[in-house]
Amino acid sequence: MTKMKKEDILNDADFKDLSGQKNTISIILTILELVIYFGFVGLIAYNKPFLAQKLSEGGAATIGIPIAVGTIVLSWVLTGIYIWWANAKYDVLVKKVKEKIGG
Amino acid sequence: MHQTVIGQANPVAIGFFVLFVITTLVITYWAAKRTRTTKDFYAAGRSITGFQNGLALAGDYMSAASFLGIAGLVSTKGYDGLIYSVGWLVGWPIIMFLISEPLRNLGKYTFADVVAYRLQQRPIRAAAAAGSIVVVLTYLIAQMVGAGTLIKLMFGLPFELAIVITGGLMISYVLFGGMIATTWVQIIKAVLLLGGATLLVILTLGQFGFSYGALFSQAEKLYTNKFLEPGGLVTSPVDAFSLGLALMFGTAGLPHILMRFYTVPDAKEARKSVFYATGFIGYFYILTVTIGFGAAVLVGQKVIMGIDKGGNMAGPLLAEVLGGNVFLGFLSAVAFATILAVVSGLTLAGASALSHDLYVGVIRRGVAAEKEEVKVAKIATVGLGITAILLGILFKGQNVAFLVGLTFAIAASANFPALLMSIVWKKFTTAGAVMSIYTGLIVAVVLLILSPTVWIDIVKKDEKAAIEKSVADLKAASAAIDTQVADMQKQMVSADAIAAMKKKQKAAAETKNAEIQAAVAGKAKEKEVLTTKMKEASAKMPQAIFPLKNPGIYSMAAAFLVGILISLLAPNKEAQEKFADEKVREYIGIGAE
Repeated sequence: MTKMKKEDILNDADFKDLSGQKNTISIILTILELVIYFGFVGLIAYNKPFLAQKLSEGGAATIGIPIAVGTIVLSWVLTGIYIWWANAKYDVLVKKVKEKIGG
Repeated sequence: MHQTVIGQANPVAIGFFVLFVITTLVITYWAAKRTRTTKDFYAAGRSITGFQNGLALAGDYMSAASFLGIAGLVSTKGYDGLIYSVGWLVGWPIIMFLISEPLRNLGKYTFADVVAYRLQQRPIRAAAAAGSIVVVLTYLIAQMVGAGTLIKLMFGLPFELAIVITGGLMISYVLFGGMIATTWVQIIKAVLLLGGATLLVILTLGQFGFSYGALFSQAEKLYTNKFLEPGGLVTSPVDAFSLGLALMFGTAGLPHILMRFYTVPDAKEARKSVFYATGFIGYFYILTVTIGFGAAVLVGQKVIMGIDKGGNMAGPLLAEVLGGNVFLGFLSAVAFATILAVVSGLTLAGASALSHDLYVGVIRRGVAAEKEEVKVAKIATVGLGITAILLGILFKGQNVAFLVGLTFAIAASANFPALLMSIVWKKFTTAGAVMSIYTGLIVAVVLLILSPTVWIDIVKKDEKAAIEKSVADLKAASAAIDTQVADMQKQMVSADAIAAMKKKQKAAAETKNAEIQAAVAGKAKEKEVLTTKMKEASAKMPQAIFPLKNPGIYSMAAAFLVGILISLLAPNKEAQEKFADEKVREYIGIGAE
């Protein structure tokens, strides 16, 4: 068990840094995902002609196709960014706090 | 026209399927020897790696409905099918950023563990179990009815027999092999499905010189440019957002998905598994959309819709065209395996809600021996399995497409808000959580029943059909009048001809013309009467009490509002004090199981 009380851990500077960083990145990435997806839904709801434009002169594909596929790919990229951050920063911070409190 | 063997007993398909069943039953036998404790039964001993769990999550999520359904939707509706595939994916990043790590660190076997972490166990577990079981049952009915129909189409088996086979195998996996067997069934199925779909896409693109441009050009030539643009599937903006919300947050509230995070050893592996799952699922949807466009061009909409109006056979038909009977057989077996894997995951999630939350958490007040809990979970598995078989047969021939929408709406409204608030909000109380869950559940169900999806298409189906028929009859009658009038007008003598006539003939011709004109005027009056009747009939068309097809936007908002208001009106000091403990465990995993 830990040597410190839970309230004291919560007020510890390192723990605050860790939870603050984690909350910030989670909220930023969530908002990005919401903007990307509901931006796409918004285009379907309010601006179908935009999505129906041709990608290139004489081609058949519409702009809507890469936008839809891009939403899928970007969503995955965002999860990749989170993993990269968590592996590089978060795990290090967690280890540091754990050592400090002897958990 | 393309000759297909779909709908006949296909020995290749049966061969592949038997091979799959034998393999999975051997795995189940192996898993059964390793399944003793609750940790084994519910969580595969927490021995699954992030990569394996990523595949298993993908296996749980990529249902036959999404494989066959999205390919079918794209092949028949074009771009609109793509909109759905995007919606099915976007919940995964939300799971990763907001849910996966806290869920893993705070809980043991079910998401109710997290909601109940610092609140009163019994009321929370009862409410969360209700939310889980309704989601599991609605999804199970949709999958079972789909299974019966698809297997009948692909293997030529009777509907009831198909459901009994599916249910029997599903019970065997879960009952004997618990989460270990279920996880490996998911992994094998995910690999088969991803492999089969990849091969099908390579063969398809091979027909177009590996150029998507050429594929789209052919599609445009056959079905005009409308095929590559958003069409009529999404009509009102509010409905579009409502559907989007339900798809996105429903994914983050599916009990069988949430449960999978307890099969990995720690939070790090949990988040890794979401990264792999999102990659596999996204890749799979891109393949499926390609298959849909390929089928529209290489098989043709007429053939696809001739076999199944919903287009569900687009993928298998394309496989038959490109790879013959062997590939068709393989893909049919994979589709069957897909259904089996999804219903197994659902049954296990339902059984854990019944035993871990309802029996141990509520009835035994949290105190029960390991052996007893495993025994109850196994009884629940058999009970749920038999219920699923019976409901599947009961709903034979019914339109169950709305059940998938209902599942996601309930998951997004009953499960997700309570789960999220319990993690992030210090002032959340027991009463707030319980009322939020029941509000989300009831509002989602009631609004969907009152929506056009159920109220018009199912409840008032006959009335709607009768009115549509009478309007069509009136239209036909009015068209007949138009033809009659045209014929009459042809018989009229032209002004030029009259001018060339002698006096006597002229008078006769003019009289004739006047008679015809009078008759035409009479017909015009008749037509007017018909038009009024048509308007009257159309006005009688039943209106849905709730205008949206998807209730997500209102039911989610209601669940959040009720949860917040009740928590603020009756604050709970004890729950707030325990928040420190929850935060420490959530962020650094101290004390996590």
